[in-house]
Amino acid sequence: MATLKELAQVEERFVGGHRLCAGCGHGISVRMVLNALENDENVVVGCATGCLEVASTIYPYTAWNCSFIHNAFENAAATISGVEAAYRSLKKQGKLKDDFKFVAFGGDGGTYDIGLQSLSGAMERGHKMVYVCLDNGAYMNTGIQRSSATPIGADTTTSPAGKVIPGKQQPRKDLAALIAAHNIPYVAQTAISNWQDVHKKAKKAFEVDGPAFINILSPCPRGWRYNTPDIVDLVKKAVETRFWPLYEVEDGKWKLNSKPKKYVSVEEFLKPQGRFKHVFAPGNEDLLKRIQEEVDKQWLALLERCGEEPELPPR
Amino acid sequence: MTPSDKNLSQCCSSKCISPDMNWKELTKAGNIYTPGNASTYETGDWRTIRPVWDEERCIHCLICWRYCPDASIISTGGKFDSFDYKHCKGCGICANVCPAHAIEMISEDEIEKQKEAQKDEE
Repeated sequence: MATLKELAQVEERFVGGHRLCAGCGHGISVRMVLNALENDENVVVGCATGCLEVASTIYPYTAWNCSFIHNAFENAAATISGVEAAYRSLKKQGKLKDDFKFVAFGGDGGTYDIGLQSLSGAMERGHKMVYVCLDNGAYMNTGIQRSSATPIGADTTTSPAGKVIPGKQQPRKDLAALIAAHNIPYVAQTAISNWQDVHKKAKKAFEVDGPAFINILSPCPRGWRYNTPDIVDLVKKAVETRFWPLYEVEDGKWKLNSKPKKYVSVEEFLKPQGRFKHVFAPGNEDLLKRIQEEVDKQWLALLERCGEEPELPPR
Repeated sequence: MTPSDKNLSQCCSSKCISPDMNWKELTKAGNIYTPGNASTYETGDWRTIRPVWDEERCIHCLICWRYCPDASIISTGGKFDSFDYKHCKGCGICANVCPAHAIEMISEDEIEKQKEAQKDEE
């Protein structure tokens, strides 16, 4: 494991001057993932339309200190898999000497919903590429509309919390498990609160021979409505409350990377966020209970997949 | 050479696209041949609070560098060097993650006032 002193010497591939909001989780996640590459490695990046793409590539500027290719909302995985196929062909013909890595970044809208078919196709075809999903739980770029990654009970502009319906009614999709079902060599879920974990997983994903998928929790100060500087504490709480467990699936083998030592109620994660403010209003106790049940259900299912002892929360 | 220096020198080459360019001068397909040229665009003027470094307290752990979304912590030889105020948006994450409390967020107005006071003294 490299130390921060060593990692700080690696070339910056996502430079300052991009126009993401102050304190955006995407900037942190992208820098962490690309930092796992060595100085002499080349990388081609593609982005699904979203905050990251529109903020980092405002013409004629590009915040990517590496090759970058534009594409539409739904086909980031298809584009990068095409580039990778062309690269393999050119390499075979002897027209290209340098080695390249390929990575696609997508938000949860461009990955869970709109880009799912192209992602599924690229994973199934077995291209040697990494797909990184930056999950902030809604379509933040267009104004915080619900996506299938939005957690149950969250207030968004298309699932507003009102008197009759208190926020989103459906639980979120478990995308990492869905991609793991493609039987690809590497799938991981990680969070920026544990930078060693992100680094390790990004490194593994780049090195694996075949497609790899990483799901990163990437808070959005605007959409989640928390105090911007508290981003790391908030993500830490997401991991501790088991809302966002850290795990990886290597060649079909599930492994839990960190098991929270004590039981922490999901309230701790919800409280600092404005999008869950209504959950704590009188009369919404049932909703809070439902959110907790959903988290517990997902956690138990994960424990079973990882072959761990099932542990029920204290009541 | 930092990425921004490299990009500035690349920008002087003929292939660079700049905002004041005529459309006829654009590259084929409008391709950008200067990776990372966003570093010539200064987002520092978004800032309302400024991170200020306390050298004595700093333990050079570089956690701030790790969590900066704008790559605005400049490190040399694995040590904290300075803030890149041209790009820092003043989000305050660095001050929050610093285990040694070596970074303080000070309002830009306050800094402006201090500067003026210093000028008056002189």
